[in-house]
Order: sequence, then C-alpha cells, then structure tokens
Amino acid sequence: MGQYLTLFFTFFKIGAFTFGGGWAMISIIEREIVDKHHWIKKEEFLDLLAVAQSLPGILAVNIATAVGDKIGKTKGSVTAAAGTILPSFLIILAIAIFLTPDIIKNNRYISAIFMGIRPAVVALIIAPVITSAKAAKLKWKTVWIPFVVALMISLDLGLISNPIFFIVLGGLGGFLAWWWPQKYGKRHKKA
Amino acid sequence: MNIYWQLIWAYVKIGIFGFGGGYAMLSLVEKSVVSPGWISETMFTDIVAISQMTPGPIGINSATYIGYVAPGEVNPEYTGIGWSLLGSCVATLAVVIPSFILVLYSSHFIRKHSESGVIKSIFSGLRPVIVGLIASAAIMLMNAPNFNPRGINWQLWTNVGICIIAFCLAYFPLNIKKKKLKMHPIFIIVLAGVAGLVLYL
Repeated sequence: MGQYLTLFFTFFKIGAFTFGGGWAMISIIEREIVDKHHWIKKEEFLDLLAVAQSLPGILAVNIATAVGDKIGKTKGSVTAAAGTILPSFLIILAIAIFLTPDIIKNNRYISAIFMGIRPAVVALIIAPVITSAKAAKLKWKTVWIPFVVALMISLDLGLISNPIFFIVLGGLGGFLAWWWPQKYGKRHKKA
Repeated sequence: MNIYWQLIWAYVKIGIFGFGGGYAMLSLVEKSVVSPGWISETMFTDIVAISQMTPGPIGINSATYIGYVAPGEVNPEYTGIGWSLLGSCVATLAVVIPSFILVLYSSHFIRKHSESGVIKSIFSGLRPVIVGLIASAAIMLMNAPNFNPRGINWQLWTNVGICIIAFCLAYFPLNIKKKKLKMHPIFIIVLAGVAGLVLYL
C-alpha cells in the first residue's frame, strides 16, 4: 500500500505542475521517477515514451499509464493515471463551480504569472532533449535521426510531418537493422 | 439519446482519435462540443485560455468543464450541482479510459516479450526518433504566444532570458557544499511564475 501511495502522490505532484501538455511533464518525471525514486532507468523511460506517443489519446495520461505499469503493473498504472488527472480535474471543477472562465482569463496577476511560466516550460522541454539523447546512446550511424525528425515535424509539411510516421519508420528501421544482417549478413562474415 | 451518453460518445471519440496530444486534438474537441450546442464558440475559446492557465492536458480540462455545463445547457431537468458533477466525471472518464486500456495492453504485451529480439530492435530504432520528437515539441513551442503574447519588444527579450536561465538551472547542477544538486523542475516553474509577476504585472 505504501508504495502505491507514494506513486499516487508523486504523479499528483507531476499532474499539478504540468503546464502545456504531455511533453512538459518529461523533466519532472525524469527528476521524480528516474533520479529520486529510481523506479525506472533513463533508457527504459525513453521506451515508455515511445509507447505513450505511438498510441492515441492524451499524451500525459498515456505517459503516466505506461510508467505506472512499469512500476506497479495494472494497479500502478491506475494509480499513476488517477494521480495525473486529479489535479486538473479538481481545479477545473472548482473554476466551473465558483467562477466563470473570463474572471480567470482577465485576471492580471494570473496572466503575468503565466507569461513568466511559459518560456520556462519551453526550457524544461529543451533540457530532456539533451538528457534523452545521452540515454539513447546515439552513435554516428544514428545521430542524424533526431535532427531530421525534429526538422521535418517542425516544418509541418502535412502527412510526412506526422510524428506517427516517424515512429513507424524508426521501429521498422530498428527491426531491419537487426534482422537484415542475421538473414543476409552471415555469409559475408564467414567468408 | 440522453445527454450523458452523448457526452460519453463524444469524449470516447476524442480519446481514441486524438493523436499527438494537446493542440493537435483541439480542432477535434471544438467540432465535437460546439456544433451540438453544448457550449458557445466564445465559451470554447475561454476554456482553451483557461487550459493554458491551469495545469493538465487540454483534453481533460475541456472534458471536465464541458461535462459540467452541458447537461444543464441541453436539458433544464439536469440543472443542479449533482447533475453537473455527474457530467464532469462521465466526460473525464470517457476521454481517459480508451487510451488507458490501449496503453495498458500494449505495455503488458511488450513486457511479456521484452526479451525478444524483435521488440528490442524496434525500441532501439525508436529511441533516436523519440529524441527528435521531444526536440520538435520544444521547437514548436518557441512561438509568439509563449514568448511575446503582448507583442512588446522588451518582453520578448526578457522571456528569452527566462528561458535561457531556466534551461541552465534545469540542466547544470549547482555546487552546494561540495554536493552537486540539480534544481527541481517544479521549483524552476515557481521561480518563473514569480519572475512573471514581478516583470509583467
């Protein structure tokens, strides 16, 4: 029970400070799940991100579900997903019950606070680019891939700029790089 | 069809077809909730603005809010906090559960076959792509709404400064009493919020 409680509050904390969607939570998850609690390894976290991003749905919930499952199987994933959702659910509910949206929208204090937070959130997504590049153990054969993927997606060229397209390509490429030498490469090695 | 079933159906669809998260699913959400008359166009814009000012994904924020207001809006019989709460819970669960089940089953499948060469090789190919995806998310957020929402020159530069400082704090460990300490991302967000309050009020 104790571990699930810790898991719940960890993800509650992560959910409460995730501004701007799933990618923004990566820094906080890395810090809490990988560095502090050592529940999973950094490269395992990358694999979980791949699963979360390849499937439809809300990215933040998918990440929480995949990480929670890795830590505590099905119970863990329910705990982590609930923890991630609850803060935003409660806050929006409070706004719906007690306030109207335009009161928040036109509040100059909140607007000033968020003008400061937004550029910092961008920085918190840049930092994991570097840490994940290290965890991915890029070699000269693969180091160009992140650059091409990032460029193509940011150019927003329709279908070929779709993240799913690159996930399929990456998975296929990884499989072929493993399977091809096994099937056809041995001859050359023995010769 | 009862409004609660309509809400469930609309948000199950959003949960299944909303790939990529966040703003990619925004137009889908807009279509599903504005055209049945659950909320007005302006109200929807307000909810998007609120989502940017509160934690949590926009998919969930909109489900919670629209689930709250839609029942009373559509049928006066459903006015009152009990009916509204029911709508909130139903819509939020509907948007979450489909992808939750998908992710759970995929994770179990992957764990079961985690020693297989096929799965391992697929993931080794995915890792560099994921690095690129995170980078693209960062690049796409480097835009005017995040860095210069009021269109004032000095604010653009102070925001670039906040971004650089936040990056250094997040990435480089501080040397405190000969111990290397990385600043917690949550603390960086709080600091940036204080900076915003001081600079932009």
